[in-house]
Amino acid sequence: VHKIAASTVDWNGLRDDFPILREQAHGYPLIYFDSAATSQKPRAVLEALRYFYEHENANVHRGLHTLSSRATEAYEKARQRVAEYIGAATADEIIFTRGTTESINLVAQAWGGKFIREGDVILLTEMEHHSNLVPWQLLADRTGARLRFVPVLDDGALDLEQIPVLLTPEVKLFAFTHISNSLGTINPVAALCAKARAVGAITLVDAAQSAGHLPMDVREVGCDFLAFSGHKMCGPTGIGVLYGRREILDSMPPWHGGGEMIVSVALEKSAFKKAPHRFEAGTPNIAGAIGLATAIDYIEGIGRAAIFEHDSQLARYAAGRLNEIPGTRVFGPAEERGALVGFVTGAAHPHDLTTFADQYGLALRGGHHCNQPLMRRFGVSGTTRASFYFYNTKEEIDRMIEILRDAVRFFS
Amino acid sequence: MIPEIEELYQEVILDHSRRPRNFGELPEAAVLVHGDNPACGDEIYLAVKFDRDGGLEDIKFTGHGCAISQASASLMTMKLKGKSRGEAMDMLRAFHDLVTNGTSEAPKTLGDLRVMKGVRNFPQRVKCAMLAWRAVEQAFEVGAGEATVSTEPA
Repeated sequence: VHKIAASTVDWNGLRDDFPILREQAHGYPLIYFDSAATSQKPRAVLEALRYFYEHENANVHRGLHTLSSRATEAYEKARQRVAEYIGAATADEIIFTRGTTESINLVAQAWGGKFIREGDVILLTEMEHHSNLVPWQLLADRTGARLRFVPVLDDGALDLEQIPVLLTPEVKLFAFTHISNSLGTINPVAALCAKARAVGAITLVDAAQSAGHLPMDVREVGCDFLAFSGHKMCGPTGIGVLYGRREILDSMPPWHGGGEMIVSVALEKSAFKKAPHRFEAGTPNIAGAIGLATAIDYIEGIGRAAIFEHDSQLARYAAGRLNEIPGTRVFGPAEERGALVGFVTGAAHPHDLTTFADQYGLALRGGHHCNQPLMRRFGVSGTTRASFYFYNTKEEIDRMIEILRDAVRFFS
Repeated sequence: MIPEIEELYQEVILDHSRRPRNFGELPEAAVLVHGDNPACGDEIYLAVKFDRDGGLEDIKFTGHGCAISQASASLMTMKLKGKSRGEAMDMLRAFHDLVTNGTSEAPKTLGDLRVMKGVRNFPQRVKCAMLAWRAVEQAFEVGAGEATVSTEPA
């Protein structure tokens, strides 16, 4: 992977690749600061979906006709592209899912159902999105396993000093997010995986907020599982990825039964395919996978290192400007942060702020961001979040600050 | 200022959200309802004391939330004090109509509550406006003790 410096990219020119950025909201030019919820899609991805349905659409892996071959080839090529993108050893380690949530549920059910026993410990962190919390609660309820949590410090970092106390031999799984979706904290994933490995725990990294934002190689990270969504990285909704290390996937039973995942079926019993097909029952999201591969091509055309440099500069700039507004509390690390900033103002509740901003074409997110325990940890019921991607600009942040100053004046 | 914003956040609403009336504990309350809007994190604790005929002798609230939920609770407590159960439930229906139905004229009986009309342009905020009303409805329902009500039924 060659590295491109952020300074050499025509960031403004990239905006032309996103037709939706020309939209207006309430008569104002759209400022889209909700990419952590879902990113916008470049024309290349929209065209790939259209091309597939116009030229290649058929079901995969079974038809012997021309279109089925085209669809199968495109679908499996997409799997290969995802494998390269995250540095997986083989495409067989890539399972297509509906998204991060389904990926994590797959692990909780197929792996957890087989390997988690009463008395085992599942280690999580206080900053997990509900999608990396609730599946483990359900698993713990089913098996009698216990949950443990790495605390979050006031600056939004994980309390790493607690790791030796928490990461004991009873811990069978350590699941944690790469980048916090409400604090912007970037966790030291490789170090955490190494510590988990040392006690024999399996690791799962929630890469929903990082997969489209920074360079990542699963073999450098050293994780056993990695989960992410296509729609947060320029791809369509309804397609996501579970990476699993080959040996682990091969040790796991299926989770959904149906077509595509079997070798042979008798009335009483069936034999299952190997990974990844064992975990993809039914007709998959073929177009979605192709759209995701196209999104990956698009992102790689810019370069993830450049994207990270650009976005984290924006986020730091936004955090700095927000701190200029009296009565504002900005959450998360002061130094390095992912492409988002969460904040509260004394004058206005996040929902009032978000409603106000929307009337000026500014799309923010207000609420608990599927992080209720974390919100409680910081003593707030919710925050307002501005999240960025490479198509956002410093000028848009300046405009956000103007609008927020007006809002604070209005509600004070 | 944008007209929809001005209509939603009328001066009366901002005033009630900044300085909510009937805000506080009600030691001799017959019912305490915890109203919860989990999607937003808005919370209200509504305390009700009934008169001999089952009407609302006194009504107070505490809690936290957005300007709409706080102002709505404040305005509601002012309006409902002294009202019978029947009057209060008629008013609930009229108020719900006010904040959801774009075509209806606001009935005069609603009085000050009519300032909440702007909510009808913001469907996502209807739950905020209705939270206190759902709590008072629940208070009548249970009659005594503690209860909870949520805008997202489990």
